[in-house]
Amino acid sequence: MLAFILRRLFQSVIVMLAVAFVSFVMFNFVGDPVNAMVGQDTTMQDREALREKLGLNDPMPIRFARFVGNALQGNFGLSYRTAEPVGRMIAERLPATLELSLVAATFALIVGLMMGVYTGLYRNSWLSRLFMTLSLIGVSLPPFMVGILLILVFAVLLGWLPSFGRGDVVKIGGWTTGFLTVSGWKALILPAVTLGLFQMTLITRLVRAEMLEVLRTDYIKFARARGLSNRAVNFGHALKNTLVPVITITGLQLGAIIAFAIITETVFSWPGIGLLFIQSVYFADIPVMSTYLVMIGLIFVIINLIVDLLYFAVDPRLRIGGGGGH
Amino acid sequence: MAEPVLEVKNLRVEFPTRRGTLVAVDDVSFSIAPGEVLGVVGESGAGKSMTGSAVIGLLTPPGRVAAGEIRLMGRRIDKLPYGEMRKIRGRQIGAIFQDPLTSLNPLYRIGDQLVETILTHLPMTKAEARARAIGLLKEVGIPGAEDRIDHYPHQFSGGMRQRVVIALALCCNPTLIIADEPTTALDVSIQAQIITLLKRLCAEHGCSVMLVTHDMGVIAETADRVAVMYAGRIAEIGPVRDVIKHAHHPYTRGLMGAIPTISEREGRLNQIDGAMPRLNAIPRGCAFNPRCPEVFDRCRVDRPDLMRAGGSLAACWKAEEAVNG
Ligand SMILES: Nc1ncnc2c1ncn2[C@@H]1O[C@H](COP(=O)(O)OP(=O)(O)OP(=O)(O)O)[C@@H](O)[C@H]1O
Ligand code: SF4
Ligand SMILES: [Mg+2]
Repeated sequence: MLAFILRRLFQSVIVMLAVAFVSFVMFNFVGDPVNAMVGQDTTMQDREALREKLGLNDPMPIRFARFVGNALQGNFGLSYRTAEPVGRMIAERLPATLELSLVAATFALIVGLMMGVYTGLYRNSWLSRLFMTLSLIGVSLPPFMVGILLILVFAVLLGWLPSFGRGDVVKIGGWTTGFLTVSGWKALILPAVTLGLFQMTLITRLVRAEMLEVLRTDYIKFARARGLSNRAVNFGHALKNTLVPVITITGLQLGAIIAFAIITETVFSWPGIGLLFIQSVYFADIPVMSTYLVMIGLIFVIINLIVDLLYFAVDPRLRIGGGGGH
Repeated sequence: MAEPVLEVKNLRVEFPTRRGTLVAVDDVSFSIAPGEVLGVVGESGAGKSMTGSAVIGLLTPPGRVAAGEIRLMGRRIDKLPYGEMRKIRGRQIGAIFQDPLTSLNPLYRIGDQLVETILTHLPMTKAEARARAIGLLKEVGIPGAEDRIDHYPHQFSGGMRQRVVIALALCCNPTLIIADEPTTALDVSIQAQIITLLKRLCAEHGCSVMLVTHDMGVIAETADRVAVMYAGRIAEIGPVRDVIKHAHHPYTRGLMGAIPTISEREGRLNQIDGAMPRLNAIPRGCAFNPRCPEVFDRCRVDRPDLMRAGGSLAACWKAEEAVNG
């Protein structure tokens, strides 16, 4: 098992280096960083001096090594647009995105699991049919439409919930949180539902399909033949066996949620890194864009690592080698 | 005779389908006495498993018991609500299925599965249940039961897993075990061991057995009585010795010709020409008539019911003639 973890860690490092390289290439070869930093009237000499000072004349491998080294220290250069350190800009906005994604993912997972289990167990009830129809709508509507519809109904027509911003936030150290205020929670609801809806329907359908599959297996029939209660059979034996695929998909989808937050943040003017990214695209703010890329890559890699570890927790066949013949 | 442990009367199992109702088990009656082993044989699709599933109340929907009655120790159980029937399953009727590799939940330790079953049915503390589980594992011949109890199914070989399944079926001292082809999925070399173990343990625990198998050899060695099924009905039923020495139904005789020698135990019962009819195409008269070497006119028109024939009952006009002279 330790070998497995080490191997996965090694793979993660490779993946991150690849992402960093793409980001590095973007940083250095899309547009001219010097041009972006100096005014129109800077002389060629000054430009060359700056080039030398920034180390842009060094050979590629050295520059890449320096890039990685800087990135490891959280130093991603200065924004072309605001001349602020990119690391700080991202750090300031990361809490908004992470909180939004966390709530969206929790919503997707809990509601998706419940609806999936229900529709798997009571395949033919009218409520199951309703859930499945809703989930079909959820899968097919694009998120920005969902967001706009929700704003229309709950913010404009009913006036219950705000349509933009984070509400009041509390600063704890370097982290701003909306979890501690009522207006913060209110502001979270619509964007979180918008962001998590697609994943929720995906999880519903996945859990349902897995439940149907597992309920047909011999060990479920045997568990019933042992006289176990319905609860033990359905939630103990059946649900646990659906978890491995659910963990995989949920993990990958959590990454997708953070990435897709771009759209939701734009619709709801949510001050997170997604919105920052969109703004930096308008301004061709390459340092911000490439840093965003590295960040998302890192988040995906971490999630994948956690997913792999969870497999071990759930499935003894991976944890413990077989002792008997098959 | 003592009251039978299991009594099945005129059982009929139906599967409603879009293209009409399929009758998987048709007018089947038999009983099992205390401590008795009833063997059930027949080709694939004869309705053996359906009969067993009906008895433990686990027919897969839309399959259902359409007629007849099932009594356990005199108590009618075929119409019990799910919750009542659940208390009987695992407690009074233990089940063993064909494939030990898939009967155990791969994510739970075998001890957890045993303890869970025991605690479901018997008033015990966890520690007592665990001690009982260890005792059972020893009984079914699992070496190092104290350690093995905390292992997961995939850490056991197929034969060992089937022993665990037997322990699970026996763990609450049931009065009846339904064993549906308990060795078919196993290596030939360990089939005999498992059957012997099953027979010995059931004798020790005083529980009756309904043993479904394809293997006439197993029946001959293990069962007290045998029921031969064909196309959802019982073709012949009687004491093993009578049936084997003097089968009255031509189908049974065909099966006897198909008793494989030890070396080719895996061989299925396919020595009779032709195949069993599908459920939606059972011929008029005797269901066996297209394949029967002794068929005569009446067989194609009238369906024979079980009739006394020597020490057994056979559903065959020829057998009736032979008996009546
Ligand atoms: N869901 C179903 N719908 C319709 N017919 C079914 C269904 N399940 C089983 N049957 C039919 O019921 C009949 C009896 O099946 P059963 O499993 O009892 O046979 P069996 O004697 O146990 O055979 P085997 O030796 O292959 O286990 C078969 O002909 C089968 O085709
Ligand atoms: S009734 Fe006729 S067809 Fe059927 S088994 Fe007897 S002899 Fe053969
Ligand atoms: Mg069967």
